[in-house]
Amino acid sequence: MAKIHTDKAYEAELTALREQLLEMGGLVEAAIAASVRSVVERDATLAEQVKMRDRQINRMEVGIDQACRRILALRQPAASDLRFITTALKIVTDLERMGDLAVNIAERAVDLAQAPALRPHHDLVKLAELSQEQLKRALDAFVTGNADEAEAVLKGDDHLDALYLKIFNDLLGLMMEDPRSIRRATSVLFAAKHLERFGDHATNLAEMVIFMVKGTDVRHPRSRDEG
Amino acid sequence: MTSETAQTAPLRAKMEARRLEISYGPKVAVKEIDLALPEHQVTALIGPSGCGKSTFLRALNRMNDLIPGATFRGEVLLDGEDVVGGRLDVVELRRRVGMVFQKSNPFPKSIYENVAYGLKVAGQNDKALLLERVERSLQGAALWEEVKDRLHESAMGLSGGQQQRLCIARALAVEPEVLLMDEPASALDPIATAKIEDLIHELKARYTIAIVTHNMQQAARVSDRTAFFYMGELIETGPTEQIFTNPRETRTEDYVTGKFG
Repeated sequence: MAKIHTDKAYEAELTALREQLLEMGGLVEAAIAASVRSVVERDATLAEQVKMRDRQINRMEVGIDQACRRILALRQPAASDLRFITTALKIVTDLERMGDLAVNIAERAVDLAQAPALRPHHDLVKLAELSQEQLKRALDAFVTGNADEAEAVLKGDDHLDALYLKIFNDLLGLMMEDPRSIRRATSVLFAAKHLERFGDHATNLAEMVIFMVKGTDVRHPRSRDEG
Repeated sequence: MTSETAQTAPLRAKMEARRLEISYGPKVAVKEIDLALPEHQVTALIGPSGCGKSTFLRALNRMNDLIPGATFRGEVLLDGEDVVGGRLDVVELRRRVGMVFQKSNPFPKSIYENVAYGLKVAGQNDKALLLERVERSLQGAALWEEVKDRLHESAMGLSGGQQQRLCIARALAVEPEVLLMDEPASALDPIATAKIEDLIHELKARYTIAIVTHNMQQAARVSDRTAFFYMGELIETGPTEQIFTNPRETRTEDYVTGKFG
């Protein structure tokens, strides 16, 4: 039986902010899915759509930042509300960057669509699925206030990194075997790198969710000590 | 029994309440409280109306004695000494533990007479010494520059904010160790409030301060530690930053975020 703010207008503002963030998250999820599909299916038209739709993601970043500033100025949020607002300010940046990474992948798709197909992208598809799953779980953790789920996202990043490394090595091998593949293989490699970065941003999101829920900042554990 | 967080600041407790319970007749207003005021820190007491914070504050210099039917159990200590039944005379207690009220109450006398009053009542007659103390107190209250050329004008001609600072100067004149402030700025405009808050920040270097306020943002701005009272109980105490970023108790969280019952 969660209590709500006595001031219903304030409660509505916070709810609206939460919904905007989730909407933005949904757009980013759709963008990354579409961008990888455009690579795999050699679909330059779909790739162009991803680039166009990024504008809405960018607009949402601006709108959410403004909503956060407004709440800070007018409401002086405290405790959990303060943590929620500062989390929102940070994750909106990660989401916008994730949108940009989808655009970057779409640009690789345009490139690749103009050349003969490289070998099948099973691992790339798998990497994309993992990255998307990481984002989805981080957003779910955000909505439900579940720090354990957020912790799971942090742990899951290792799988992503391992798969990226495999793709990297495989593509390197391909390039050494057949120099005519270098240009295309490099494009695919970039796409894989973008997906790995996408996963990193999902872990940033998860770290902020842990902060929002528990009030402890778990970022950069290995940098904690001096020197 | 409600008690202070186990992670108490390692600072010396200038004043301390131990198992303090205060009643008005049969009604218990404040239930068994353990709370320390760390030396040279500002401790804010927050909570909704009727939660007992002002009652608690008044117990620290036995102002509740003046309320018919008010009784208490437990201890209040000043530098480790019991303020009741110890060697501490109640008048001496109120000199060492001064009070400033919500509605400033300057005497209908001159500015000079207001500040010198406590010293004169204590038997001080040396004019040079009195003037020196008056000046020092008015400086301590950040009021000297504004009134130095009109010390013999009536205090009633001062603005609300100036009157409040005059009352602070009056309290400072008798050289207290602790200042208790009960909503000192609630009747003042934002500029006067900012001046009082700035003054509190300067004063804590020399005094220990406890402030009751219903303005949470003021408590957040001005205090080092915050104690949250609710229905006569002390729910939580901690560093102000912690109370306002990550309080431990749900009731504290509900109060500071505005999710009242």
